[in-house]
Amino acid sequence: MGVRLTGAEVQRGEDQALLTGRGQYVDDLKLLGMLHGAYLRSPHAHAVIKSIDTSAAEALLGVHAVFTYRDLEEPVNGRQVQPYPNPLIAQDITPYPLAKDEVCFVGEAVAFVVAETRHIAEDALPLIQVEYETLPPIVRLREAMDDDAPKAHKDSPDNLIAQLNIIYGDVEPAFAKAEHVFKAEFLQHRGGCHAMEGRGVVAQHDSFGDEFTIWSATQCPYLVRRCLANQFDLPESRIQVIAPDVGGGFGPKAGFYVEEIITPWAARKLGRPIKWIEDRKEHFTTTNTQRDTWWELEVAATAKGRIEAIRGRLVNDNGAYVPYGILLPFTMMAPFPGPYKILALDLTQDVVFTNTVSNSPVRGAGRPNAAYAIERMIELVSRELGIDTAEVRRRNFVEKADFPYQTGLIHFNGRAMTYDSGDYHSLLEKALSLADYDGFAARQEAARKEGRYLGIGVSSCVEDTGMGPYEGVTIRVDPKGKIYVSSGAASQGQGHKTVLKQIIADELGVDMDDIHVDIGDTGKFPQGVGTIGSRVGVNIGTAAFGAAAEIREKALALAAEVLETDIDNLVFEDGLVRDKGRSNITISLGEIALKLAPMAGVAVPAGHMASLEATSFDASKGPPHASGTNVCEVEVDIGTGEVKLLNYCVAHDCGKKLNPLIVEGQIIGGVVHGIGNALFEEMIYDDSGQPQNVNYGEYLLPLATEMPPINIVHHETPSPLNPLGLKGAGEGGTIPAANAVIAAIESALRDFDVTVDRYPVTPEYLCNLIDAGQA
Amino acid sequence: MADTREITLTVNGRSYTETVETRYNLADILREKLNLTGTHVGCEHGACGACTVLVDGEAVRSCLMLGVQANGKDITTIEGLADGDQLNPLQAAFRKHHGLQCGFCTPGFLTTLTAYLRDNPDPTEAEIREAVSGNICRCTGYQGIVAAALDAASQMRGR
Repeated sequence: MGVRLTGAEVQRGEDQALLTGRGQYVDDLKLLGMLHGAYLRSPHAHAVIKSIDTSAAEALLGVHAVFTYRDLEEPVNGRQVQPYPNPLIAQDITPYPLAKDEVCFVGEAVAFVVAETRHIAEDALPLIQVEYETLPPIVRLREAMDDDAPKAHKDSPDNLIAQLNIIYGDVEPAFAKAEHVFKAEFLQHRGGCHAMEGRGVVAQHDSFGDEFTIWSATQCPYLVRRCLANQFDLPESRIQVIAPDVGGGFGPKAGFYVEEIITPWAARKLGRPIKWIEDRKEHFTTTNTQRDTWWELEVAATAKGRIEAIRGRLVNDNGAYVPYGILLPFTMMAPFPGPYKILALDLTQDVVFTNTVSNSPVRGAGRPNAAYAIERMIELVSRELGIDTAEVRRRNFVEKADFPYQTGLIHFNGRAMTYDSGDYHSLLEKALSLADYDGFAARQEAARKEGRYLGIGVSSCVEDTGMGPYEGVTIRVDPKGKIYVSSGAASQGQGHKTVLKQIIADELGVDMDDIHVDIGDTGKFPQGVGTIGSRVGVNIGTAAFGAAAEIREKALALAAEVLETDIDNLVFEDGLVRDKGRSNITISLGEIALKLAPMAGVAVPAGHMASLEATSFDASKGPPHASGTNVCEVEVDIGTGEVKLLNYCVAHDCGKKLNPLIVEGQIIGGVVHGIGNALFEEMIYDDSGQPQNVNYGEYLLPLATEMPPINIVHHETPSPLNPLGLKGAGEGGTIPAANAVIAAIESALRDFDVTVDRYPVTPEYLCNLIDAGQA
Repeated sequence: MADTREITLTVNGRSYTETVETRYNLADILREKLNLTGTHVGCEHGACGACTVLVDGEAVRSCLMLGVQANGKDITTIEGLADGDQLNPLQAAFRKHHGLQCGFCTPGFLTTLTAYLRDNPDPTEAEIREAVSGNICRCTGYQGIVAAALDAASQMRGR
């Protein structure tokens, strides 16, 4: 047996193709007879469509068709299927595949042009004449519930999508007898997807069997298939959805979009394959983003900084439609009370419509929002009581002895939210040590003598990962001993194939190079959920482990018959079954597979299944909880408001790491995403609902020059919920990052008594706070 | 009919003569006409750097250059960096340091750094960050990319 691969820094098999220009993204696909599509989109945030004249566009040479809502037939012309229905949704309004008679955000699809080339399709767009009657839009979330607020949908009674409440413990008594009550209000903005590859769809219809094949840059091909089957009223078996190489996802690509309905519908209508590739402006205006959240929170604390209760409300701007149920709003509250033992909580959330692009989870979904809100309470208590922020955390953390710890809330799997394992105190100390927290005061003082303002910020979090129900894995051995693996979970760069190979190579004692993996193709694996919520490693890891164990059992059982010995005399090692007593007697996996192969006239041995294969949907017994503490050190230029990130340290617990190279890549990328939230990313709408910054000159993403060194230390507490001890790692970098940066800014500006009450923290905003503090 | 011109250009050592629409940018030509789909179009406005190729050795955004401007030029794309299946030192370093995840921006980083490291064989970390500051990566947080570039520079100097 060689060195164990699971847990080792194995370089990714995916990289060879990606480094040599042989990746296969949706836009790289060319099909015979393929046409190209472009969508005409609403220029208004809210308007009624009075008329559409497509005749001039249709007359353009090279245009094959121009489609509007009137061309759609039942059932396709119904509102886009809701992927996540929930009885708590009071107004479950999804868009029509093409706008019917009302447009509710700038960018809503109104017409679809299909032409010989994309250039011609885009030429035709301005030739379509649409007469609009504009309606007043609702743009700001804090006005959405006002009595006189414009309604985002003209026929709606109000802008409330859902009101959610979570409560446990004796909240009001805790506040009534509290030694201290503090209050904070703040606005959060998460920004958009901004995967470097936008969305894209290629659709082909085979009229012979009324079957669709759809390639989509999606995180969730099975969700797209399920929704399409519903929208077209077709069996799922007639729809194959393939997520090829996908150039980043980050949440917004996990939804279901109207282009995934209309592009295949038009392909069926015209009898030709059609490609639609989102351009970057469309990405800004039509790919769902995570919009604003407004918080008003109160915290009841003892004089020693123990938090006894939190209560408050939040308003969540959901944009124009409800494309994703209320999963995102739910994930803004369920992570409470974070890593802290807070015994009473009462939160109410209004989820509201605005005439802006729809809301979607972005890396971490609502968890970064919740983590930030909780961490703000820690900062508030620390500041008001004059207790070091690290010490406030120490005094409030769930203790190691408390696991499994039930928070008092219910996870959206319907069971009590339970932290399975962790060691929050050790994580904090490791992060503080890595960041030389104790030496900060001296660094700060030295810098102040030079007129420079340094600050340090701490942020802790816990993250429910690996949610179920499953992400299955099939392993099949062929008679040559090659291993064929299929799984549902599509990858957007997380290295699923490599990780699957590592586990299976270990469990079957075979070479990674002898394993072939297919993922993200509904035609190759029956069912799947999707790559969201830091869930795939936990789920495919557990399923691969289960499937490999079943292969070993099947191989041993058949080998015992072939070798005419008792199964207890056999051992499975290095891809061979060996007789313990007669070590020269072996039978390979391939030879066993041959016994079960479809050879004409040869019987499959009695009691054995045809084909040496196994499918497992084994999953974690519950969501394993990852955790972490981040420490960020910054310098603020009080003249310009520029924030320079000097150092960033992460102590992270994602249980057993399947591949440290990939885990650290996820953490670093996640931290940078969170830094972008804290300092840069903001999708700005004016009062008429017009997006103001639909390019990368004005919408700022983190760049290499602004990023600090990111140092990581791991602390493994294996999850008891799955056999490999796994916890998710995809979002743990992002979740605590915003508070680490922002608390550091506040620390740097303590002379000016600055309290940040919104992010991103732009230089202009910060200068105003500094000026106010100097006045 | 769309205005067209005949152009001749060399891409990865091979000469092509094509009749192209004058409005097509170089990325369109590479991807649509020459089937070299390794060059990715990320933003179409010259900001993200994903579509960067080498034109007569210089890093150029192929979404900002018209195809007809490439007439007579010598172009290198991502497909022209490796020696067969053998990754060059920069490509291998990207793999070793996990300098890529989804891989979509990667061609632009590789071409940008190919030109930069040729002209600046012994850069500091800060200089590498500056060199790739016109390329956006949403996945990696840049740390693996910078480590890969430093490692590759060191290896290439040692040859």
